[in-house]
Amino acid sequence: MKTAGFGHQSRLRYVGKRMVKYRSAYFMIAPFMLLFFVFTVAPVIISFALSLTKYSVLQDPVFVGLQNYRNLFVNDEIFPLAVKNTIIFALITGVGGFGLSFFVAWAINDMNRYLRAILTFLFYVPTISGTVYTIWGVIFSGDIHGYANSFLMQLRLISEPIQWFTTDTWILPMLIIVQLWMSMGVGVLSLRAGMSSVDPQLYEAGAIDGVRNRMQELWYITVPQMAPHMMTAVVLQVTGMFANANVSIALAGFPSTNYAGHLIMTHLLDYSAYRVERGYASAIAVIMFIFMMTINLVILRALRKVGE
Amino acid sequence: MEPKLRTKRSILSLRSVRNRRKSGDVLVAIILISIAFFSAIPLVMSIGMSLKPINELFYFPPRILPQEPTLDNFVLLFKRMKTTYVPFSRYAFNTIFLTLATTGGHLFVASMAAYPLAKIPFPGQKFFNSVVLYSLMFVSTVNDIANYLTISWLGWLDTYWAVIIPGMGTSLGLFIMTNYMRTIPDSLLEAAEIDGCSYFGTYRRIVMPMARPAYLTVFILMFQQMWGQNNSAYVFSEELKTLPYALTQITSGGIVLMGAAQAVGVLMLIVPATVFIFNQTQIVETMATSGIKE
Repeated sequence: MKTAGFGHQSRLRYVGKRMVKYRSAYFMIAPFMLLFFVFTVAPVIISFALSLTKYSVLQDPVFVGLQNYRNLFVNDEIFPLAVKNTIIFALITGVGGFGLSFFVAWAINDMNRYLRAILTFLFYVPTISGTVYTIWGVIFSGDIHGYANSFLMQLRLISEPIQWFTTDTWILPMLIIVQLWMSMGVGVLSLRAGMSSVDPQLYEAGAIDGVRNRMQELWYITVPQMAPHMMTAVVLQVTGMFANANVSIALAGFPSTNYAGHLIMTHLLDYSAYRVERGYASAIAVIMFIFMMTINLVILRALRKVGE
Repeated sequence: MEPKLRTKRSILSLRSVRNRRKSGDVLVAIILISIAFFSAIPLVMSIGMSLKPINELFYFPPRILPQEPTLDNFVLLFKRMKTTYVPFSRYAFNTIFLTLATTGGHLFVASMAAYPLAKIPFPGQKFFNSVVLYSLMFVSTVNDIANYLTISWLGWLDTYWAVIIPGMGTSLGLFIMTNYMRTIPDSLLEAAEIDGCSYFGTYRRIVMPMARPAYLTVFILMFQQMWGQNNSAYVFSEELKTLPYALTQITSGGIVLMGAAQAVGVLMLIVPATVFIFNQTQIVETMATSGIKE
């Protein structure tokens, strides 16, 4: 502070003056920010603190240092499996889900508005469908009454029903399909909005300047124009991907056969809700937090380059 | 919205452009139709199944649409509703009340905070905006353990507050509102100030009416999220639980209730789907402003 000298002081005074001038702004953001910091920001810090303890709810937390993390990475045999599954799951549903959303938004952008409204609704419904996703359990049920099995059997591609949700090799692909189905929601809305906000004159100009086909148009005009919307869509998509463990639990059971459908989210739920080892569960939550932030920030950085 | 210059209309292409090939149109249409099927078929199956009589559940090969559609599953559902420990209307009331209270509360606090975050250059504006942006990047599941502690410390376990108050502090709505409000012309706000409006006055008289599409959008997104809310993590009294909880309890009775379980899904879907249909244009208009810039 001593070395800062006069310049620093006058800067402080300037900030102070503006704080007084705009004081009503603080009153206006206060109610929201209070709730937001208590229930969304502080929990991240609390989780980190709890992750350094042994805490079983019945007793007060006991500080154990990095013990939980050591157990997680060295002793927990299931956790590496959960991480591996989550990476595969996230990679495919993330890239695939974004690709689907982008394609859909792009394809319907050229259509007349009624068709566009109907299709947007169609792609959006799965995200708000609540428990309707359980129909996938019927489509891929393990007996001959499942739609998939009976269809494949009629075509004589298989001779006996496949246990889709209870066979190691099928569980993860099945969960990925269901997640993809549910993933074209707010992402499509954001991308569609982004595409429709591109100035049509740019396309005209592009056509004159020698844009020859739709792929060139997409790459040179549409994508750079809507980079900000793509970022929003990515954030919503990635977050949605990790939204809940319910889908995995409802369809593949808990725990799934040989933990083949086990994700970091289900691992977290296992320790927080069933085993009630909340210190350990908090360590998983912290890892998951870091996982999501990293994915988002890496993608955003990459997209920022596209926009330039 | 559509500019007038878009005249030549085919099914796929609206734009009067020279750089589209027929073969490309066909390819795009084929892919789009397959995605549409992928999206729609499970929904059709679900509705079909909710209308199937029990014996049709065991046809081989199974049919997607019922041969003799009946409302048996819905009747069964309503019969079962009468046998619940708490009157069924109570669950419905809880869901509607929690949805509206949380959504309303969120709209109030978030819109009031969004105006300064978008338009008033107070010291700290950038900081708050980036915290909000970062908070969008992780899911609230991560926070559940800590929030349980906070809520129990506040003495809100087993009350409506346990759902309402944390729900009001979520950030997606604020993010969308802030971005929308950025598009309101500065000149308009300055004019109001010169006329003697305080910041709060400007917010109430100018910003609120102009941000109507954003209010609607946030209302709908929040509504959809709260509608499916199962609050049984924080609430133990049967009288305070919600529809999704009650309905899954009723239908967790094995294979005979498979049709009824789908009927539940269909019933719960009707409300948010209807709300969405009527407000799609406003939502898209709002989302057009919600890019991440910096």
